Amino acid sequence: MADAVDVWVTGIGLVSSLGEGTEAHWSALSSAGVTVPRIDVDRFPPYCVHPLADGLNVNRLIPSKADQKQMGMWQRQGVHAAGLALEDAGVLGNEPLLDRTELVVAAGNGERDEALDSRILASLAERSADEAGSALNATLMAGLRPTLYLGELSNLLAGNIQIVLKVTGSSRTLKGEEIAGLSAFEDAARRIETGDATMVLVGGSLNAERHDILLGCELGGNLWQQPFVPVWQRAEAGGGFVLGSAAAFVVLEAAPHAEARGAKPYARLAGIGANRARREAKGDIQTSLAGVLESIGFAGSRAPFAMLSGASGVEPATSEELAFLRSIGSERSATGLRAYGTALGHAVEAHFPLGVALACLALHRSAFYPPFESSDIEQPIESVPDSILVTCVGHWRGEGLAIVERVSAAAEGAV
Amino acid sequence: MTRALTDRQGRPVIVVTGMGLVTSLGWGKSQNWSRLIAGHSGVTPITRFPTDGLRTTIAGTIEAAASSTYSAFALSLAIAEAAADEAITQAGIGSPGRFPGPLLIATPPSELEWPQLRKLYEAAAGRDKSGYERLLGAARSGTFSELARHIEFASIADAVQNHFGTTGEPLSICTACASGASTLQMAAERLRRGDAEAALCVGTDATVHPEGLIRFSLLSALSTRNDAPEQASRPFTRSRDGFVIAEGAGALVLETYAHAKARGAAILGVVRGAGEKADSFHRTRSKPDGSAMIGAISKALRDADATPEEIDHVNAHGTSTPENDKMEALSLAAVLGSRLAEVPVTSNKSQLGHTLIAAGAVEAVIAFLTIGNGVIPPTINHNDPDPDLHLDVVANTGRAAQVRTVLSNSFGFGGQNVCLVLAGEP
Repeated sequence: MADAVDVWVTGIGLVSSLGEGTEAHWSALSSAGVTVPRIDVDRFPPYCVHPLADGLNVNRLIPSKADQKQMGMWQRQGVHAAGLALEDAGVLGNEPLLDRTELVVAAGNGERDEALDSRILASLAERSADEAGSALNATLMAGLRPTLYLGELSNLLAGNIQIVLKVTGSSRTLKGEEIAGLSAFEDAARRIETGDATMVLVGGSLNAERHDILLGCELGGNLWQQPFVPVWQRAEAGGGFVLGSAAAFVVLEAAPHAEARGAKPYARLAGIGANRARREAKGDIQTSLAGVLESIGFAGSRAPFAMLSGASGVEPATSEELAFLRSIGSERSATGLRAYGTALGHAVEAHFPLGVALACLALHRSAFYPPFESSDIEQPIESVPDSILVTCVGHWRGEGLAIVERVSAAAEGAV
Repeated sequence: MTRALTDRQGRPVIVVTGMGLVTSLGWGKSQNWSRLIAGHSGVTPITRFPTDGLRTTIAGTIEAAASSTYSAFALSLAIAEAAADEAITQAGIGSPGRFPGPLLIATPPSELEWPQLRKLYEAAAGRDKSGYERLLGAARSGTFSELARHIEFASIADAVQNHFGTTGEPLSICTACASGASTLQMAAERLRRGDAEAALCVGTDATVHPEGLIRFSLLSALSTRNDAPEQASRPFTRSRDGFVIAEGAGALVLETYAHAKARGAAILGVVRGAGEKADSFHRTRSKPDGSAMIGAISKALRDADATPEEIDHVNAHGTSTPENDKMEALSLAAVLGSRLAEVPVTSNKSQLGHTLIAAGAVEAVIAFLTIGNGVIPPTINHNDPDPDLHLDVVANTGRAAQVRTVLSNSFGFGGQNVCLVLAGEP
C-alpha cells in the first residue's frame, strides 16, 4: 500500500532461560559460547526443557501481591515482559497513552493444577464408571480453585496486562500454536499501516516447565526425547522440539507517532504474511513459504539479508523450511542462517515474538549472531545485515514470514 | 436511488450474504427463529453427565448425532460446520469446498477432558508411574495421537478450513465471551482494508462438560434455579441470579458490498461498525463507572458513523448475572441518553442461555433475522423487571417493529468489550 504508515519497533521486553531484558539477551547470544544452551535434563525425563532463568523478580512491574496470586507463571512472566517492553519504549505508566494503546496477545492455555489432577485420576481409577461421575463432581467442586481457572484462560494473559499495566485501548488474543504469534503481529501491523492504530503492544508467553503442556505436545509426538542437540540436527532421529520458557513483547508504533514523542526505533517491520498448507505432500511447506515471500513483496529483493529461523525441530516442517531457506539463500544475498530455538528452546505462541525481538536487537546493534550450532548450516558472517527474514513455520500448521529492517537503511531507500 | 458502495468515511461497505445458526433451540435459522419468536427456552436439565453434587444442573445443550460420543472438540466442530454450511449455502458463494476468502473463527479452550485423561491413565504404558508422569508414559507410546486434536488450538479452525476451502491462514480468536463479535469486527477490518473481498466468520462453543460447568459455578456466575430450567435465565429482572451455560454456533458470510452486488447476491444486512475497549478493573468484573463498556459502545457508534437516534434496537449481552445487567444498562444509558427510552432491548440469552465464545456470532445472526423479519424476539421470564434498570425490555412476547439499526453488545471475562452496529441493506 503506497500510503501505508511505517511500522516501527520502539520497545522490547524479554525473559527466557538466558535472563531478563535486551542487554542480557544480546550479551548471551552475541558471545560465541551460547552453543551450549541452558537446559534442565532432570525434572521431566526423558525430556529436557530450557528453564526460565533463576531469580526473575516480578515485584517491580507487578507490585501487587494480590495480582501475582491471581496469575499462573506464564502470566507473571508475560506481564513482566510486557512491562519491560513498555518501559523500554518509554511509555510505562503513561496511562493516557496506554489507554489508547492496543493489545494483541498470542496464547494457548495456562497451567492446570497438576496435584489436583493427579489426585483425581488416582481416586477415579479405583471406582466403577457409575461412581466415577459423581466422585469427579465432588472432587472438582471441592478442589478446583476459581483463580486457577482464570490462570488457565487464553485471554487472561491479556486481561492481566490490562489490569497491571493499564494497556486498555483494545485487547485481542489469538490462538493456534506458533502461527498465532505471527498473526498477532500481522493484525497489529496492518492496523498501524492503515491508521487504525498508532501503538500496539504485541507478544506472547510460555511456561515450558509443566507436565500438562509436555503431555499436550507429546500426544502429537512432538517432543524431542534424546539428549539435547541443536534444532537442525534432529531430523535423522525423527525430529522434535525442546520447549523453552520465555516471554517476548514488543511495542509496535506508527513511525510519525514515535517521531512526535521522540522515541527511537530498533527497526521497522517491513513485511509480514502467512499461509496455511494442507501438508499432504512433500514440498507443500516450501511452496507455501515461497507464496508468502512473494506476497510480502520480498521475492524480488536483492539486498543482503540474514535469516532468523523459528524452526521447531519437528519434522517434516523443519527439513522443508531448511530446504526453502537454502534455496532462497543461494539465489540471493543471504548472509547467515540461525535457528534461535537452539539457544532458547521452542516457545510455541511466544516463539515468533522472540524471533522479531532478536532480529530488532541485531539490527539495532549493527551485528548478527554467531552460529548457534557448529555445522555447515550455520556459518559465521562478516557483513552486517540491513534486513532479517524471520520465519514462523508451525510445528503442525501455518507458514509465515516477516522482514525486519534497519530504519536508516529504509530511509536511504536501500530496500 | 444509487446505493453507495462505500460508507461516509470512504471505506467499503461490508454486507452479510449468508447466515447459519445452531443452538439449544434447534439446527438452522428457520427452526431457531420460529422458536425464538414463540418464546421457547432451550434450557433443560443436563443429561450428558451425572450432575449429583453440583450446584447447577441445567444448561442449554445441543444434542449431537446419536452415533457420536461427546467431546468439546467434536461437538464444537460439528455445530461450527453445520452453521457455516448453512451460511455458505445461503450466500451461494464460491464453489463446494472453495470459499473465496479467509476464515475467522472463535473457538473454545482446547484441553483434555476427564474421559480422555482417564483413558490415558488406564493405558498399559506408564502404569508403573503416577500422576502426570503416568499420562506422559501413555502419550509416549504413540497410540493416543488421535487425542492431540483436543489440545491443539488450531485444530477446529484447521478442520473447518479443510471442509470449506477458505483461503490463507485462518484466525482462531479468543476474547472470551466477546469472541464471536470479534470475528465480525476483525473480518470487517480485513475487508475494509482490501485484504479480502469475502470472509467466513464463525463462533462456536460446546463446552458443557463437568469441569466447564464447575469452573463457572465456583465463580458464582451460574443460575442455580435448577427446578425450573426454562425460567432460570431472566435478564434484567430483580430475581436474576446468574447465567445459564449453553452451546451454540453462529456463522456469517461477510463481503464487500461491491463484491456481493457484482455476483448478484441477496443482501441480508450490513456490518456498519464495531468498537472495542479493554477494561483494567478486575478479571471478572467491569469498572464501577462502566467506562470500558461505555467506551466500546461509543467506539462502535463512531466507527459506524451512527448517532444514538439511529439505533432502534439493542440486542443486549444480557447474561442474567446481577453484575452484567446492571453495568450494561448503566452503559447504554450513558451513551444513548434520552434515546434509550425509545429503544426496545432484548436478550436472546433468556431463551438460549449464554453460548459463551459463540454468543457474539449467534446473536449477530439473530439481530439480522430481527431486521429482516420486523419482529424482535422476546426476553422471556421477564416478570419482575429490575426497577433500577430503566430499559424498554421486550418482555415475554415478541414485538413487531421496524428495525433498521441494531446495537449488539458482547462483554467477556478479562475485560473484553466488543460492540457491533448492524443494519439493513443500504
